[in-house]
Amino acid sequence: MSATTQQRPAAGPDAEEFLTQLRTFVGQQATPVRYAQDAVNPAMIRHFVEAMGDENPVYTDETAARSTGRSGIVAPPPMLSSWLMVGYKAHTAAAEHGAPDSPMTRLLNLLGDAGYVGVVATNDEQEYVRELRIGDRLKMTAVIEDVSPRKVTGLGAGHFITTLRTYTDADDQVVARQRFRILRFDPTVTKSSGQPAAADPGLRHRPFVMRDNQFWFDAARERRLVIQTCSDCGQLRHPPGPSCPQCGSFAWHETAAAGRGTVHSYVTSHHPKAPGYDYPLTVLLVDLEEGTRLVADYSGDPETVRVGLPVEVDWLDYGGDVTLPRFRNREEQS
Amino acid sequence: MTSDFLSGKAAIAGIGATEFSKDSGRSELQLAIEAVGAALTDAGLTPADVDGLTTFTMETNPENMVARSMGIPELKFFSRIPYGGGGACAPIQQAAMAVATGVADVVVAYRAFNERSGVRFGQGPPPAKTQATSDNEYRSWVNPYGLLTPAQQTAMFARRYMHAYGATSEDYGRVAVLARKHAAKNPHAWFYGKPLTLAEHQASRWIAEPLHLFDCCQETDGGQAMVIVSAERARDLPQPAAVITAAAQGLGPDQYQMVSYYRDDLTRIPEVELCARQLWAQSGLGPGEMDAAVLYDHFTPYVLNQLEEYGFCGRGEAKDFIADGNLELDGRLPTNTHGGQIGEAYLHGTNGVAEGVRLIRGTSTNQPKGVSNVLVTAGVGVPTSALILSTAR
Repeated sequence: MSATTQQRPAAGPDAEEFLTQLRTFVGQQATPVRYAQDAVNPAMIRHFVEAMGDENPVYTDETAARSTGRSGIVAPPPMLSSWLMVGYKAHTAAAEHGAPDSPMTRLLNLLGDAGYVGVVATNDEQEYVRELRIGDRLKMTAVIEDVSPRKVTGLGAGHFITTLRTYTDADDQVVARQRFRILRFDPTVTKSSGQPAAADPGLRHRPFVMRDNQFWFDAARERRLVIQTCSDCGQLRHPPGPSCPQCGSFAWHETAAAGRGTVHSYVTSHHPKAPGYDYPLTVLLVDLEEGTRLVADYSGDPETVRVGLPVEVDWLDYGGDVTLPRFRNREEQS
Repeated sequence: MTSDFLSGKAAIAGIGATEFSKDSGRSELQLAIEAVGAALTDAGLTPADVDGLTTFTMETNPENMVARSMGIPELKFFSRIPYGGGGACAPIQQAAMAVATGVADVVVAYRAFNERSGVRFGQGPPPAKTQATSDNEYRSWVNPYGLLTPAQQTAMFARRYMHAYGATSEDYGRVAVLARKHAAKNPHAWFYGKPLTLAEHQASRWIAEPLHLFDCCQETDGGQAMVIVSAERARDLPQPAAVITAAAQGLGPDQYQMVSYYRDDLTRIPEVELCARQLWAQSGLGPGEMDAAVLYDHFTPYVLNQLEEYGFCGRGEAKDFIADGNLELDGRLPTNTHGGQIGEAYLHGTNGVAEGVRLIRGTSTNQPKGVSNVLVTAGVGVPTSALILSTAR
């Protein structure tokens, strides 16, 4: 079930390097500027509203449209992308011979080569600046706006790609904007394991990172487990705080923990279920060798956990600069 | 050093509540007003007599809204106690201190909410808990790993206690079975007429192992209020006084809210022991003089801890103390005679204070014989509070 066993790294430096590579495409023009093959025209509008069952007369009846204060018939806003469609011939040609080279094609190929072969459109947000009138001739520019970190979804693990499409008229005035998001995913992540995809740790609750605890979360992001240590009396303390409860000193430094410990107690949670966690969810309270205690995730089989179990730190990326400790069963390793 | 100044100075002269339901169908403010009004009627007083109000910081109905809605003309004293159910007994202590010092004459402690039909506490951090403050910082060390609810957080202690003393899920289950047995005979209880067997407890689904569903108290819509006056004035009022013989708050070493995981011994609850120490010192009484108890039962395992911290039995012996029938009506310490929060209602422990008063009056639906002193406790796992209520001497 662990996402770290797949051929591509789910997390860690390799995953970050791959994401950095993907993100070099951000800001690039996705595909060449596309020009409408036809001006906005009554025939296509009529076909569209008949198919949609939309009987609003402002789309078909010149008199009715004028009576609403418009200069004439307008196009239904949802037709936006249809004015810029490449057409059947170009579509089948691309399917047969591959899409013409473009930054978008290169980005999709990069993902495809890494096993993210599935594709599904997930979001389509459209913003209309003005209504389209008969005779408008549109032009569309698409820019790659974002590539998400790897997410594990119900379809499989993958990356979301967002493009911003800007539609302009003959005077280069913006008439509409469209944010179009697709998921490029690897369907085998779920199918080969026969189990539902692991929950996305990116959805988990985040720590409150504040002045008094930031050093600890900064270290954790670098996969270093540290313990706050009083610089005057030497007492270790966790969770951290601004002053030493033993001697009152505000001076402190970090001590690196070996990352080994034993389970002091544990919980296996079933209900309620929060997004980002797999249930039954086992959470550990670990006595570190250094003497402090901390709560952490458990990467092992819930059946194997017991009070006194020797464990060793591992890490889990929550995405967005958060990495937190999880512990693995030390008995299973030896 | 604990002073006995407060002992016997104040009394609870009236109690009142709404019905306990899962969907009250009315505002939380209305529930508060109904409860306060019922308590005043019970005490033979009117809103015009009230000059103090105390409640929880978590209460959504502020003193001014209750006062203006009820026509309470002036308030000279108002205070609030934090830490949720840990504050169950503390507003009573606040009121007792106010009347004992002459700051106020008639103080009403109240708590009202639509906790089942409105914002539920068992669903994870409430919407307000999103600020990066030291109040919320403790969540950084538990929430990201999925310890989000009180049940999940309590289960960590329950598991360690089982490991330390060989307690079992059945031992926890007996607390729930006892509560439901008492609730089954209490017409005001949600589980009136609905006892629970140990087998049903064992078969109930896991919430957070080792806690089953029936180790967790229910959720409730309702309101509860208590009227506190001086012990002297209480003598002139219609109900038999429940004298406040002792009242204490406790916050222990290395204290967190529900997740004090960093103490050496997780089977000990030092803030509860701190309350016990103060109650015994204020009252001159000991566990042997308690004739009944209302022990806060949000989660069954914490009832075992409380029996040990108050000295009713030795460390690790609570499971046997319970199994031997000591908490039954004819036992050594009849406990949660109203059905507890598990069986009657979850009113953040305030309905338990009201049951303490009924036990002193001799009017509990499960009234044991010869009750002179009752221990009432508040939420465990957080900074807490406790009372000893007594018959007038």
